[in-house]
Amino acid sequence: MIALLQFVLVLSLAPLVSGLIKTLKARLQTRRGPGILQPYYDLHKLFQKGMVLPDTASWIFTATPYVVFATTALAGLMIPMVSADAPLGLFGGVLAIVYLLGLGRFFLALGGLDTGSSFGGLGSSREMTIAALAEPAMMLAVFTVAIGANSTALSQVARTAIAQNWRFLAPAQILALAALFVVLIAETGRIPVDNPATHLELTMIHEAMVLEYSGPYLALIEWGASIKQLVLMTLLINSFWPFGLQLEWSAAGALVSLGWLLVKLAALAGCIVLVETTNAKMRFFRVPDLLAVAFTLGALALISTFLF
Amino acid sequence: MNLPVAVALFRLGLVVYLAGAAAALLAWRRPRAARLAAFGAPVLGGLVQLAASAAALSRASAAVWTLPWGTALFPWTVRLDPLSSYFNLALAFLTVAVSLYSLDYLRDMEENWNLGALGFFYNLLLLSLTLVFTAANAFFFLIAWEVMALAAFCLVAFEHQKEEARSAGVLFLIMSHAGTGMLLAAFLMLATAAGNLNFASFHRLASRLSPVEQGVVFLLFFLGFGVKAGVVPLHIWLPDAHPVAPSNISALMSGIVIKTGIYGMARVFFDFYGAPPLWAGTLVLAAGVVTALVGVLYALMEHDLKRLLAYHSIENIGIILIGFGAALLFRALGHANLAALALVAGLYHTLNHAMFKGLLFLGAGSVLHSTGTRNMEQMGGLIRRMPATALFFLIGAVAISGLPPLNGFVSEWLTYQALLAGFGTTESLTRLVFPIAGSLLALTAALAAACFVKAFAIPFLALPRSDAARSAEEAPLAMQAAMGILAAACIALGLGASWFVKVFDPITEQALGIRISASLQAGRGFALSAGAPHSGTVSTAGIALFLVSLGAAAAYLVSRFARSQRRSTGPVWDCGLPGLTAENEYTATAFSKPLRMIFSVLYRPRREIQAEYEVSPYYPKAIRFESEIEPTFEKHVYGPLKDWILGVAKRMRAIQAGSVHAYLAYIFVTLILLLLFEVRG
Repeated sequence: MIALLQFVLVLSLAPLVSGLIKTLKARLQTRRGPGILQPYYDLHKLFQKGMVLPDTASWIFTATPYVVFATTALAGLMIPMVSADAPLGLFGGVLAIVYLLGLGRFFLALGGLDTGSSFGGLGSSREMTIAALAEPAMMLAVFTVAIGANSTALSQVARTAIAQNWRFLAPAQILALAALFVVLIAETGRIPVDNPATHLELTMIHEAMVLEYSGPYLALIEWGASIKQLVLMTLLINSFWPFGLQLEWSAAGALVSLGWLLVKLAALAGCIVLVETTNAKMRFFRVPDLLAVAFTLGALALISTFLF
Repeated sequence: MNLPVAVALFRLGLVVYLAGAAAALLAWRRPRAARLAAFGAPVLGGLVQLAASAAALSRASAAVWTLPWGTALFPWTVRLDPLSSYFNLALAFLTVAVSLYSLDYLRDMEENWNLGALGFFYNLLLLSLTLVFTAANAFFFLIAWEVMALAAFCLVAFEHQKEEARSAGVLFLIMSHAGTGMLLAAFLMLATAAGNLNFASFHRLASRLSPVEQGVVFLLFFLGFGVKAGVVPLHIWLPDAHPVAPSNISALMSGIVIKTGIYGMARVFFDFYGAPPLWAGTLVLAAGVVTALVGVLYALMEHDLKRLLAYHSIENIGIILIGFGAALLFRALGHANLAALALVAGLYHTLNHAMFKGLLFLGAGSVLHSTGTRNMEQMGGLIRRMPATALFFLIGAVAISGLPPLNGFVSEWLTYQALLAGFGTTESLTRLVFPIAGSLLALTAALAAACFVKAFAIPFLALPRSDAARSAEEAPLAMQAAMGILAAACIALGLGASWFVKVFDPITEQALGIRISASLQAGRGFALSAGAPHSGTVSTAGIALFLVSLGAAAAYLVSRFARSQRRSTGPVWDCGLPGLTAENEYTATAFSKPLRMIFSVLYRPRREIQAEYEVSPYYPKAIRFESEIEPTFEKHVYGPLKDWILGVAKRMRAIQAGSVHAYLAYIFVTLILLLLFEVRG
């Protein structure tokens, strides 16, 4: 029952966060921008549309949207959102979530190559490269968090963080947060790593991979991408600053937790927008440098866990 | 008597392999009979061995059996203890699948190849492998070890008409013997201390030696077994030898022959040593990390499908060694529970790798069988021509990339958990090696995923790149069945992980004196736990269940809108050019180009572009592109070593004068020296 509620919450909240980021970004650039509900309209429109499948594609191309949607939605059920205990927390902690998202990316890259178009191959190649380079930084940050809690279970991580009130101010936590934030930018394909709004051949990464998708399949992939973004943002929030998250399940507590989550999501979205607006997109071969910085931050975080 | 069940089955299995070898010799001139007898028998023998190892694993104590020949000093004794039986299990399972595969794979080779010889060496290899895993004394072990190396050499160099097969075989033989030399020295040092050659008397013996001897024995064993396992930098023979063998042999080589090195290490590290020194664990862990990373980085640059898989074998040996290294460290630090967890992670990955690498090599064999090439750039679109092979290869690719819910994920997850727990085990700086190893393991796994996107997508997806790929045909039934068996094993070992961990109980009890499977289960056996309470759980079965149901939910959502949908197929966007062709596709080389540039420090890539033009360089008539990476280890490690050895040999030529008198003098002097040595000692 709780699982069902969180399922609905994840599905409905994810487009809202995407919309919020778009609106905030437009406002910061003194544009009016689309309404905050635009992603819902887009999804609705895409589901209504017909679709054109490439004549070169195989069943991999058809299976990919379902795999992407299922992996991200399942990750959404394994993460604590409105209570320290995730509905499917038993199914896996932070490691399983990272690898589930990896499974989605694996199929997305196959889907990109399946069409035979150069753009798809280009996107897949770049996406897998960046993901591979982001992984060690992510794992160091994850290790720092997990070592503090002595567990990879996210409920345990959140409980530890709540029990030690000011833990998020410890140098290790701040450094790990910074590393994970860079990884979040890279994994969700945001400026300065990738530009979600571009369709310029030379620069696109994620968009190049999904170029041949249309209609409901595109809707599933877009939805999956926004769920992935929500999952990673929630992961960041609830492992570093789970303040306000209820420990035992109650309906009233869930509402309070949800309120706090929304406030914190909005704040994090603000940070992402700030980074997106103040930076230019990097040249592809500069991205490894950025991820090396994240790796260093992660390593420093780890070292400072026993220095301080 | 309960004992003979395992032993009787084991004996029967050996007899079947022997019968297979004999039948192959008898049917030397009749290829069809040779194929059916020499590869039909091991299917049966493998099944019998499977039962034997299952029976032996379910028993607590080891079953011992001595062959009727041999002398008092050198008995031919076989011992089916849990560790031996576990490796024998992996071997037997792979044997069944590979032999079944061979029945159809070799059908077309009847005219060109001498299947009698192939079948003889194949059965001999299986027999010696079984004995390597179960030999109970150093003498018998080394005999089996050498027979295995010779049989493997004959199989690697089987297509001896080809220059690459011959040179790969010779390199394999040289490396293998250098390794055996080190093993011999190490065994002799142990035998001197024990007074006999029995493995039983070696138990915990190495830890009672002096620290220097301990270190020397450890290094000799690690290097000696490391050659066979393909530990970097001792790996250079592996990417040459595995691909040139016939594909069914490659599957066996990468799946299980390199695991003899792992078995040897497990035997030495966790049986002969009580608690090895701290540096030993750090060394193995570091070697594991380097091996994993170097293996996957070179795999990424390959576009020869079988060489790519061979490099991935090196990577996976590295992952296994990370588990072993962590287990050694925990033992040295006195954490038996964590040592058991890390050992289980390493051993689980050993079995998993045997399954998915066997599967992938058989898949590559099917592709080679039907397209006649190992070059990925010549393939493409095979998923339409060979749907079953493609599906099985995809399962193998997902498993080896360590993605849930398949088996590769489970063992990598256990490895992560062991490394994570390692940070709290000591106050010294040593604890930093655990998280650093963990993050580099994450890099390895992610690069492996990138590599297998390439290894699946370039051959199987999009448009065919050659006529051979265009007219490819699906593999025959027995080959499909063999791949299906291994794919099912990958799925079962993934989804059933929380139940399968029980198998490791007798092994950890023998090695470390504890059973941990109960603490590895959570959620009424439905989920796998990291051992300590609240430390983290994962349920691959649950993940699989929910992935299927969420996918079904999405399918329902899509079909709900179906009435308003028009679904049509159309050409891919080709930028307005006249139609998309295979030449427009992304190639394997292009796919890995970003990584080639990012890791250029290691690869030192070289490329050459020549364009022919008449009027202007902007309108070339033809472009020739050449790109290669530098073989770092061959050039900077083995090149100087080879020169040095040749130089020494040249100088030593002086003492080999060809005069019988001189030789007699040498013998006389040696005799005197030995006598003096004996008198003094």
